[in-house]
Amino acid sequence: MTVADARRACSCSDFSRTDLFRRVAAQAGSGLPAIEPGMPTPAGTGLSRRSFLLRTAGVAVAVYGGGALSGRLLEDGIANAAVHGTGNGRVLVSVFLEGGIDSLNVLFPAFDGRYYDLRPQLALKQSDGTPFAEDPRLRWHPSAAALDTLHREGKVSVMPGIGYDHPDKSHFTSRHYWEVGATDAHVVTGWLGRFLDVTGSPDNPLQGLSLDNLLQPALATGRVPVASLDGPDRYAYVVPKLEAENDLLDALAELGRVNAKAKDPALRQAAAAAAQAHRLRSDLHAFDGGIKSPVAYPNASGNNADFPRRLQGLAAMLAQGLPLRAVALRAPGMFDTHSDQANELASDLKLAADSLLAFQRDLEARGLADRVLVHVWSEFGRRAKENGSLGTDHGAAGVGFLIGSRARGKMVGEFPGLQNLDEQGNLRPTSDFRGVYSALFEQWFDTDAAQVIPNASQFARPALLK
Amino acid sequence: MAAPVFKGKFTAAAAERLLWRAGFGPRPGEAAALAKLGLRRAVRVLTRPGPEQLVGPAPVDDRGFPIAPFDATGHDHLWWLDRMVRTTAPLVERMTLNWHDWFATSLRGVGSQRLMLQQNELFRKYALGSFADLLHDVTVDGAMLHWLNGDKNAKNAPNENYARELMELFTLGADRAGGYTETDVREQARALTGWRSTRVQGTREYTFEYVPNRHDAGLKTVFGKSGDFAWQDSVRLCLQHPNHPSFFVTKLWSYFVPAAPPAATQSALEAIYRNGYQVRPVVEAILMHPLLYTGPRMVKPPTVYAAGMLRRLGRGIDTRAWVNLGLAAGQRLFLPPNVAGWNESRWLDTATFRGRWYLAATALGKAPASPPPNATAEQLVSRALGFWGRPPLGRASRDVLTRFAKHSLARGRSRGEVEASLRQLIATAPELQTA
Repeated sequence: MTVADARRACSCSDFSRTDLFRRVAAQAGSGLPAIEPGMPTPAGTGLSRRSFLLRTAGVAVAVYGGGALSGRLLEDGIANAAVHGTGNGRVLVSVFLEGGIDSLNVLFPAFDGRYYDLRPQLALKQSDGTPFAEDPRLRWHPSAAALDTLHREGKVSVMPGIGYDHPDKSHFTSRHYWEVGATDAHVVTGWLGRFLDVTGSPDNPLQGLSLDNLLQPALATGRVPVASLDGPDRYAYVVPKLEAENDLLDALAELGRVNAKAKDPALRQAAAAAAQAHRLRSDLHAFDGGIKSPVAYPNASGNNADFPRRLQGLAAMLAQGLPLRAVALRAPGMFDTHSDQANELASDLKLAADSLLAFQRDLEARGLADRVLVHVWSEFGRRAKENGSLGTDHGAAGVGFLIGSRARGKMVGEFPGLQNLDEQGNLRPTSDFRGVYSALFEQWFDTDAAQVIPNASQFARPALLK
Repeated sequence: MAAPVFKGKFTAAAAERLLWRAGFGPRPGEAAALAKLGLRRAVRVLTRPGPEQLVGPAPVDDRGFPIAPFDATGHDHLWWLDRMVRTTAPLVERMTLNWHDWFATSLRGVGSQRLMLQQNELFRKYALGSFADLLHDVTVDGAMLHWLNGDKNAKNAPNENYARELMELFTLGADRAGGYTETDVREQARALTGWRSTRVQGTREYTFEYVPNRHDAGLKTVFGKSGDFAWQDSVRLCLQHPNHPSFFVTKLWSYFVPAAPPAATQSALEAIYRNGYQVRPVVEAILMHPLLYTGPRMVKPPTVYAAGMLRRLGRGIDTRAWVNLGLAAGQRLFLPPNVAGWNESRWLDTATFRGRWYLAATALGKAPASPPPNATAEQLVSRALGFWGRPPLGRASRDVLTRFAKHSLARGRSRGEVEASLRQLIATAPELQTA
């Protein structure tokens, strides 16, 4: 795939992020058509055939055919991604540390005098945290103890200087680059979304799952459907005093189906959402009684509870055999620490790390750990020099992780160090996120990265798996 | 060249679309009444609404007590939703919502509902006024100073947060030819130094003040111009930047029409805007543009969808449920996802669709359905469509509803139950998610 392929023709000016994402989103979810009128409908848009599901708990069985209202009455042609499996059965989970986490706090150069010069107020003490087993110059932030634990077990590959050349300091631009897998503001599908477009199925929204109230842009597809939900036990459509949920949802899906080929793009988008809601609900009946896990997850309150709860739900969905391939969610908190960094970062990082450890233990207990790899990323690192508000401004290279029983457990690129900052005082990258993406496709998914990442051949592939 | 004006017949359907784009949809009979005025007068009624009145029951919580928008969690959301539901100046509220998205500030970073609501008044004050005045005031608005660290930005400790977003998101746009550089970000941050917040002892409130010795009075170079710039200059330099009018017009347009403006329209709108940075004339030109009436439909933002149902039903705010439902549908007011605001094209996915389902169910909750005991399936569908003011459902959708009603009656469901279910299905049908 070339950059030109990844772009879609668009006549309008592209400078506003809102504009840009408007188009990204127009592509997301179900091969949803772009907003501009006159654009061709991507292949696979909408439901080209009747697709309904038998509501056998936990086993999603798609039934294809024509006919009247209730899809559950249709019984010919069984195709079931949950039974036949998807791809090689492996799952990639993308976890976003939003705001640009300060890599110099997560793994800090405890014995470098420059660190204490640059960070007179924010530097951690030499005795804080624990040593990083692969590089004696570095220590883990105390809140990252759970990552240290997994690292010592050989289940974490640390990317201590991940980024790209000519780094962009805008949250939205840099995040967009990471989400689309290219340093190109005009690519409108996500890096995981394009993977699903190449290898996915036209009628399995769960193949790309955003565990969020909104679709994570990395999953934006051009052709196949993907799903978004808050948690597998939180997807009911029950309304008191109305007819049974199943009957209402069947009618809703039908309203979606008959509008799936409407001329108007917004109508088609609404129609696709209705049809996918029906399908997704059918897949999740097994969780109506709640989620039971073999391990405990961290306790958290308010919005912070979302992350451990969603990981817990994800492990349960995988154990249920649901046909997931790429999953995306946000870690708790906001790492855009322009001020009061020490407190904010410590609590958010701890909850994120502890939750990821619990998730790994959950997968191990359920015998799923060899099938799942977690990719943790942030849009950039932060300025080496603190800013005087007890915080740090936007930087360049940052830190990322690959976590899982199959992760190689060795650093990808080395710590760039403080002696050779770029002209703006930021860390220089020692690995490129597009190389990591390409390696993930090839080594984890057995898929040619050139089909998915623009100019994939230009990026070195680190060895990521054991 | 003036921007083109819609020459087609200004029907009730056209007026209804206008009311959805420039407000929160019609109250019963409102679209037909607006259509009688003709396009120009209809637009002027919206852009020059006269003194605002709030019509309908005052907002209360689930126990019937008045809401406490400054203090009670979530009541900030209820307060504003109520205003959208009851206002006689819907475009003013819609523009206030647009500015909230444009200058997206979040309670999560600000921590004070009072500051958020004060900022909200600022957006309302300039809803259709001068963007120059709005930009000037919002730069030193308390919530904004907190949110983007303007109150931490000092001579000896510059903080780039506001400087960057001022250019990237508020006035110029990122990565454009002839745009700003990283040096401009740093220099603008220096120009913006000087503000400070102080907590009022024993309260959660703050005062904000400009402290001259926190300001970096040295020479700065911004966009190639040099001077001992202060925060007012920072704002002015952005407004005068050659990239600003095109950014402004494209962004404002995108709140009303989901297709890019034709080049001639774009330059006509820029010309209107350059003449004094006034918002109202640009909005008037957009609201009269043919593309608003003949172009593609728009997905209703969740808040617009919810407020629209309540306006239609004449129902006031009487439950806190709207707060979490807003979140589930993807738009909790005062809590945008980040400083870039909501992503207006991401309103519909499987998660937010479910939020909308419950928005509709909650809006419908108290409306009784009592059809005649011998009503047919067709009559039940007709009654349910009438309940929503006969929205323009396509033939195929109506056929689905009729089949559903027949099927339900055949299975012995009560007519009241079927009619209530039809209302729910109509509210969540693709046609009603869009306008």
